[in-house]
Amino acid sequence: MTGKIKQIKTVPADPRGVLTGSHYLDGDHAAAEGCIAAGSRFFAGYPITPATEIAERVSARFPRIGGIFVQMEDELASMNAILGASWGGAKAMTCTSGPGFSLMMENFGLGIMLETPCVLANVQRGGPSTGLPTLVAQSDMMQARWGSHGDYEVIALVPDSPQECFDLTITAFNYSELYRMPILIMMDECVGHMTERVIIPEADKIRIVPRRYTTESPSTYLPYKADDDLIPPMPPVGEGYRFHVTGLTHDEKGYPVMNAATQKKLVSRLINKVKDHAEEIIITDEKYMDDAEIVLLSYGITGRVAIPAIEKAREEGLKVGSMRLKTVWPFPEKRIREMSKHIKGFVFPELNMGQVVLEAERCACGNCKVVRVPHAGGWVHDPEVIYDAIKEAAK
Amino acid sequence: MKSEIRISGLGGQGVIKCAYIIGKAASIFDTKFATMTQSFGPEARGSSCSAQLVIKDDHVEYPYLQNTQILVSMSQDAYTKFETEVDDEGLILIDDSLVHPTPPRKNIRQYAIPAMKFAEETGNKIVLNIIMFGFFVAMTEGLLDYDAAVKAVETSVSSSTIDMNMKAFNKGFEYGKSLLEKEALQ
Repeated sequence: MTGKIKQIKTVPADPRGVLTGSHYLDGDHAAAEGCIAAGSRFFAGYPITPATEIAERVSARFPRIGGIFVQMEDELASMNAILGASWGGAKAMTCTSGPGFSLMMENFGLGIMLETPCVLANVQRGGPSTGLPTLVAQSDMMQARWGSHGDYEVIALVPDSPQECFDLTITAFNYSELYRMPILIMMDECVGHMTERVIIPEADKIRIVPRRYTTESPSTYLPYKADDDLIPPMPPVGEGYRFHVTGLTHDEKGYPVMNAATQKKLVSRLINKVKDHAEEIIITDEKYMDDAEIVLLSYGITGRVAIPAIEKAREEGLKVGSMRLKTVWPFPEKRIREMSKHIKGFVFPELNMGQVVLEAERCACGNCKVVRVPHAGGWVHDPEVIYDAIKEAAK
Repeated sequence: MKSEIRISGLGGQGVIKCAYIIGKAASIFDTKFATMTQSFGPEARGSSCSAQLVIKDDHVEYPYLQNTQILVSMSQDAYTKFETEVDDEGLILIDDSLVHPTPPRKNIRQYAIPAMKFAEETGNKIVLNIIMFGFFVAMTEGLLDYDAAVKAVETSVSSSTIDMNMKAFNKGFEYGKSLLEKEALQ
């Protein structure tokens, strides 16, 4: 039986990094401020539209607060650099989009295997390949889930506004320390390039999860020996702890042991440390759900675009609720399965041709309708199209 | 109350900065909600370029324009391209030293200011967008609070250019006020 995730005493944010006040910021800049407020002082990246502004702002801000920004030679190196920085004790982040996300995938998997706390923001644009560099899409959602090879779980957070880019970047850093793994922030071009009011609280109102260091002595410490909650505490560097990390299947000592039993133990734990804590990880934003017979599922910008359609349908007496997923991975499967037994249907608009909706269909098990509202990207949905899908679900 | 606004012109004229200052005045120095989106392609670096703003008293959900109520145009291309999308009851503001307008359609109110000419007279063409912003504040009559507009300019330009920009802002604002006063007398 997996224990609840260990509660680590949070600390207030370092006030040197926190621009307390109201700002008119785009989503990329807000994510950069979230990164800094969360205590990150190492960022490695390679410029790519529409994610460049995150790196640009961090590169301008870091030198004044003692952070290190490195523009790397490419995205492979960027991902590796933040893994190394994290093992060195830093809270580290990178950002990219489309093609760069593909390049980061192998080393993202290394981060999963090494259980390395760090944050990767993908400001999604249209693909495949170079696709639509300056235009919106949400078509990397399944790549976020399965893009690296092997079996694993991920945590992916999806903001719908510059304010949430700030807030969820802090959450991502906190999750990365709690669950000891790389966390994905799946932004999109619309949210990244949209400018709105962002309220940055005072530093002592921002709670930061510090690294979970081992309490074992250097002589008894094992780098991959997990606590009851399946999370292995990390070693502080420079204090006499000797350890080995490898992408090969490893035992609690961290050394390669390549057989079926070790593989089963390790991979099961990598998966279960997320699955068994899914309820603690999943965050949603819900509206009109009390009487909902139709539930509009969404994430990111699409959740906002759907609101006028939901309100129009409600004015006509259709009982439609909105459940916007701030956490898309892990997917809220228990909740969706339970809901499917009591409602007429789900409507799921996404800026892709049908990705996360596959999960809704799987969880609904045919209990209710699941209406897809696909869009190839390049622009957001017309709310009228979503309204028509709501009517179809209500039939 | 929802206002849907497009600021348009050529990349480099400060089109996006002008929209940014409007949004900042409404949402940082006043209590409204303002969402700004902008062109991001190569057009933002030299050819036709525009920014969209949705201003509301409560949260903005759909971030783009659905019914353009106010168009600001600082180039002929932008005017030709976007004039057609303006609501029949809308408002168009142009720089008539850069744009040759067509007669306004239906009930559209169309006003002009020789903003580039004024900017050249101040000795620095860079303030064109701030003159247009001052004109915008006057002609939209209460959409933006005057003090909020002033603060938005002061906090959006480099400190060494505040005086120059405030002169530009007031030039545009006063010109707009005088147009409205003349209209009221007619």
